[in-house]
Amino acid sequence: MKLHGIKIPHLKNTADSAPQRIPIPKIITIPASMHIGKPAEILVKRGDTVKVGQLIGKADGFISSNIHSSVSGTVQKIDTMVTSNGVKISCAVIESDGKQELDEKIKPPFINDFDGFINAVKDSGVVGLGGAGFPSFAKLKIDDLARIETVVINAAECEPYITSDTRTMLDKNEYIYKGISAIKKYMNVRDFVIGIEKNKPSAIEKMKELALKDEHIRVHALPSMYPQGGEKVLVYNTLKKIIPQGGLPIDVGVIVINITTLAFIGEYLETGIPLVEKCVTIDGSAVKEPKNVIAPIGTPISDLIESAGGLKCEPAKVLYGGPMMGIAVPSMNEPVLKNTNAVIFMDKKEAAVPKTTACINCGACIAHCPFRLEPRSISLAYKAGNVGDLEKLCVDLCMECGCCSYVCPANRPLVQTNKLAKLKLREYLSYKKEMN
Amino acid sequence: MEHLNVSVSPHFFSKRTTQNIMLDVIIALMPALIASVIIFGWRSLLITVVCIACCVISEYVFRKICQKDNTISDLSAVITGMLLAFNLPVTIPVWQAIIGSITAIIVVKQLFGGIGQNFANPAITARIIMLVAFSGSMTSWTFSENSVDALSGATPLAAAAKGFSSGVDYMMLFLGDHGGCLGETCALAIILGGIYLLIRKVITWHIPVAFISTVAVMSFLCGKDPLYQILSGGLLLAAFFMATDYSTSPSTPWGKIIFGIGCGLITILIRVWGSLPEGVSYSILLMNILTPYISRLTRQKPLGALGGAKS
Ligand code: SF4
Ligand code: SF4
Repeated sequence: MKLHGIKIPHLKNTADSAPQRIPIPKIITIPASMHIGKPAEILVKRGDTVKVGQLIGKADGFISSNIHSSVSGTVQKIDTMVTSNGVKISCAVIESDGKQELDEKIKPPFINDFDGFINAVKDSGVVGLGGAGFPSFAKLKIDDLARIETVVINAAECEPYITSDTRTMLDKNEYIYKGISAIKKYMNVRDFVIGIEKNKPSAIEKMKELALKDEHIRVHALPSMYPQGGEKVLVYNTLKKIIPQGGLPIDVGVIVINITTLAFIGEYLETGIPLVEKCVTIDGSAVKEPKNVIAPIGTPISDLIESAGGLKCEPAKVLYGGPMMGIAVPSMNEPVLKNTNAVIFMDKKEAAVPKTTACINCGACIAHCPFRLEPRSISLAYKAGNVGDLEKLCVDLCMECGCCSYVCPANRPLVQTNKLAKLKLREYLSYKKEMN
Repeated sequence: MEHLNVSVSPHFFSKRTTQNIMLDVIIALMPALIASVIIFGWRSLLITVVCIACCVISEYVFRKICQKDNTISDLSAVITGMLLAFNLPVTIPVWQAIIGSITAIIVVKQLFGGIGQNFANPAITARIIMLVAFSGSMTSWTFSENSVDALSGATPLAAAAKGFSSGVDYMMLFLGDHGGCLGETCALAIILGGIYLLIRKVITWHIPVAFISTVAVMSFLCGKDPLYQILSGGLLLAAFFMATDYSTSPSTPWGKIIFGIGCGLITILIRVWGSLPEGVSYSILLMNILTPYISRLTRQKPLGALGGAKS
């Protein structure tokens, strides 16, 4: 069985742009939550001096993550902000002194077993850097290590524009290998598959060199068809395994980890410097010189523009991430987050959303959904308030990849409806559970 | 400060719109239109233009009266007009063509909610209504202008049904040089249009292939000449342009195949055992009615789904 998908423009304009550090911003804003799960508990207060890599927020609860200062300087205030999914959280606003002094306490972690490894990953503050932002230690903490057959390394980078994972593969070879070696050693895994979309030949080349070094590493070139990077799509296309509805990759003996996340873990094991900066692709039709840059986490988006030669025009839409699944930000003061891999500035023409017309029942949405869902029928069921049908149509499987909305000739807001339908179904299911 | 648009993802869209899909269908119908003018003369162009104009105007007026969005720019009414005209004899009185067009748009399409909502194909349903209402003028066939055939007034199928030789050979069928509705006779032009639709991915192969091959196999089994059955009557026009209508045919691959086979079976049943020489329109209309059930029965199982997605 072949999974469907769509051919979209690649726009990998920045693949050859080795990332450069941007000048240290004057003010940074670090939110207490840049991950899925509970926000971290902020440890600093107004007036405290902080250094690069200093712990300023402690993971609270099992699914949470540490946060660290990305500059040296003074805490200006602890403020509140609204995240892109509408949750109010606190954040630390830090004024940089420009010196970028490293916290003295930083040293490479000392690890001698699996628990030590998990603690190190937890201390590093790393979360899924491919976009999801799920705390990595929580993902790697598998009770029964024997269940893991394969680690699939997600290097598909299937969204248009984004090349930060490509740069990881080209520039951070040895850290990728370190990361793999650590997982091998502490988690006893013997099979690693790196999945890369075919549109990145130089990265595939580089990873194949790596695979020559180690018999347990395989490189899998994926078709250039969006969305190869979707977790279930990736696992299916590399291993032909189907993750069951409501299940996790580990249910089929797999762990999926993004390549940049893995390389960061490798780097952290060597340096002990926690996650304080990110390689970010700056591109989009409003950008003069698309580039990859390395920016401290917390840098306001507006501070990135200068490093990319400025803007051609006032942007009409600015995205965290790519055009298919990226989140449109309300203002250019929003900070670079841990899982920000690209910031796309779109001009008016590129940002234009075509007019919605009546569904013509063409079936294109059905024919292109990687999971074989029926977005059209889901919309009808949602509109009719028929939750039972939503359940039968498995709307909960929808990964919001956007293929259906992309192809719909009537430009129906299918992803948006699916999101609402998922919420509705979830409410209904928890209600049903309560009743029983 | 700046005014940023914060719409929900995705932020990219394909260039394909309803309008340009419909435009592709219109382009694909052009060879058949040109062929009909060559075969039947300028009157076929007149009938086509009248049908298009009436379809577009009735859609415009209806939606205006009902205070709904104007949808004529999606061009689907143009296609309905063209297809209806292609299913009429060239001698049809203009007033009958007008009534047929209005029926197609208002009764069959708009009363059900407009594009995408109607369960039956407007052109086909209107044609059937006209067959009942104006049976005389709907079945009087003229020959192509340059034909010197003696059997005036019969289509090859009608002639074959009566047991005569129609005097029409394969080549004449292929080029459309015989009696029939104005857009359905030239197999060559229709096949060209069909190929264009396939290349432009407006339609998939499933319905036409299932439909045509079922007719071929069944006519062989019933002792008829398969090639003759395929090339004559409205079969090709119907298989490429009318059975593939989005609103009224299933959207899953298997659904399309079942739909196509169903159309083929009913066509042959009517042609062989029915009292009517032509069964294509009725077969599609009957299958239109079954479409929602076929769609539901052939729903694909989503990847990793635990329960079936069937309902
Ligand atoms: S229904 Fe969901 S999974 Fe399927 S194409 Fe649409 S967004 Fe992607
Ligand atoms: S792609 Fe759009 S127009 Fe076509 S069936 Fe799906 S929702 Fe309807």
